[in-house]
Amino acid sequence: MSGTAIDVERLAAAARRRKARDRFFTYLALTLGVIVFALPIWITLVGSTHDTDTIGRGDVPLLPGTEALNNYAHAWAQGGGGRNTFAVPASTMLWNSLIMALVIAVGKIAISLLSAFAVVFFSFPLRMFFFWMIFITLMLPVEVRIIPTFQVMTDLSLIDTMTGLTLPLIASATATLLFRQFFLTIPDEYVEAAKVDGAGPMRFFKDVVLPLSVTSMAALFVIQFIYGWNQYLWPLLMVSDRDLETVIVGLTKMIGIGDTQNEWNLIMTTAVFALLPPVAVVVLMQRWFIKGLTETEK
Amino acid sequence: MRKKVIFRGVALPYLLLLPQLLITAVFFFWPAGMAVWQSTQREDAFGLSSEFVALENFTDLFRDPIYLNAAWNTAVFSTAVAALALGAALFLAVQADKQIRAAGLYKTLLIWPYAVAPALAAVLWLFIFHPSIGLVGRGFAAIGINWDYRVNGGQAMTMVIIAAAWKQVSYNFIFFLAGLQSIPTSVLEAAAIDGARPMRRFWTVIFPLLSPTAFFLLVVNLVYAFFDTFGVIHALTRGGPGNATETLIYKVYVDGVQNLNFGSSAAQSVILMVIVIGLTAIQFRFIERRVHY
Repeated sequence: MSGTAIDVERLAAAARRRKARDRFFTYLALTLGVIVFALPIWITLVGSTHDTDTIGRGDVPLLPGTEALNNYAHAWAQGGGGRNTFAVPASTMLWNSLIMALVIAVGKIAISLLSAFAVVFFSFPLRMFFFWMIFITLMLPVEVRIIPTFQVMTDLSLIDTMTGLTLPLIASATATLLFRQFFLTIPDEYVEAAKVDGAGPMRFFKDVVLPLSVTSMAALFVIQFIYGWNQYLWPLLMVSDRDLETVIVGLTKMIGIGDTQNEWNLIMTTAVFALLPPVAVVVLMQRWFIKGLTETEK
Repeated sequence: MRKKVIFRGVALPYLLLLPQLLITAVFFFWPAGMAVWQSTQREDAFGLSSEFVALENFTDLFRDPIYLNAAWNTAVFSTAVAALALGAALFLAVQADKQIRAAGLYKTLLIWPYAVAPALAAVLWLFIFHPSIGLVGRGFAAIGINWDYRVNGGQAMTMVIIAAAWKQVSYNFIFFLAGLQSIPTSVLEAAAIDGARPMRRFWTVIFPLLSPTAFFLLVVNLVYAFFDTFGVIHALTRGGPGNATETLIYKVYVDGVQNLNFGSSAAQSVILMVIVIGLTAIQFRFIERRVHY
């Protein structure tokens, strides 16, 4: 009988060992994943704390240097980096990106709330036609209609204006779909009650629909803020006036063709500036972010 | 699905829809229509007059080796980006789904690249792979690899693929993790009691349950690789060296904005519209079959 007891013990010990090994492998894999994700950021952060020569020589520093304050102050107030471009201060570019992202996010939420409200709570001729018209814009990203859209913008003299930069990106099928889906879950009794109390549709919108939509609006805001901040092709086409430069396009202009003589430390400093706002939004509003992401794709 | 109780109003619903419809009409439908119209026109060398050429712009494209090369590049690029981004995300999601300490911390550390713009992702990897200032670029040189993505087409393609896939992993990771967490533990326990080994359990039980998510993500990743990676290519390689990293989207931009060949650029836009419509239709057809979070 003692033989089986030993067997059981040995088996249990083997299972424990296997479990420990699996656990170790899991942590190792995740940590490697995190490192691959973080390596480019680390290199950029470290680079932004050294002087131009250190990076230009190709020393590739792995630990922070002492020039952080200088670099950040210089990039913020004067800009720099590329050899062949006029410097635009990072503060100007960040301001433009911030305005652009905020106008796009708030604008998209506002007009999508209104149109979803109309489609769900009213009955009128051509309702479904209009709904499909909005839906189809999903299939027409800027990238596939570059030249004609540019011509429309020229005709409306919207080139080099903040309006031109933001207005065309405000139409949003995804936001309208999301709000529509959410409005359909609002119980009919609420509408009945509002009608009994003599409240009109806009009163109902303001006092019932808006307060109920706060969560959806927060989730959408995170997604759309990042969408607006990260625009690339559109500002590249629309803006030649450097006072309107956004930070992502401005950054790649600083790099040009990747000349070794660039002031790489200032470029890396600007990259950190460009990175911080959207990453902060995702990390600080993580719960809304995941909700927004999984729901807009439904 | 319809509401039973609705408001009456004659002008109000149209007024509410007006802002959205105006923007849609002026900035979406009007240019899309113009693209279709321009794709049948050819301008003379000075841009003074244009004539109707029916489908000639299209037939020219399919005979143009540079266009076919861009189509091939797009196929290689999108397949590689989707495979890499989906594979890495699935692997990391399976690890993060296990009951471990600090799971929340790992999750946060893995999702933030979603916030990084494609062009910015390209810049971050440039800092790593640049032949004279980059860590890996110099490392390659040190061990005798002739590394310069600015002159070597294959290296340039590898680099844009890595930068584009890196950014997309977080997105896939979030969806895979949500999919894994929605699998009932009873199913997993049943498989474990039946004595299935972890690898076998993964492929015979977990993966089939994840496949709707995986299929949905495949379409999303292809759309991303096709249309959202303009910034990666523009920031890193400008389609070069030669035409080694020129994709279909990049070529629309080059022909329209730099070469001012409007007819051809419009025809290329129309082809891309057809591709987006196809991909979006597939995406929505399969939505009902998707797992719900």
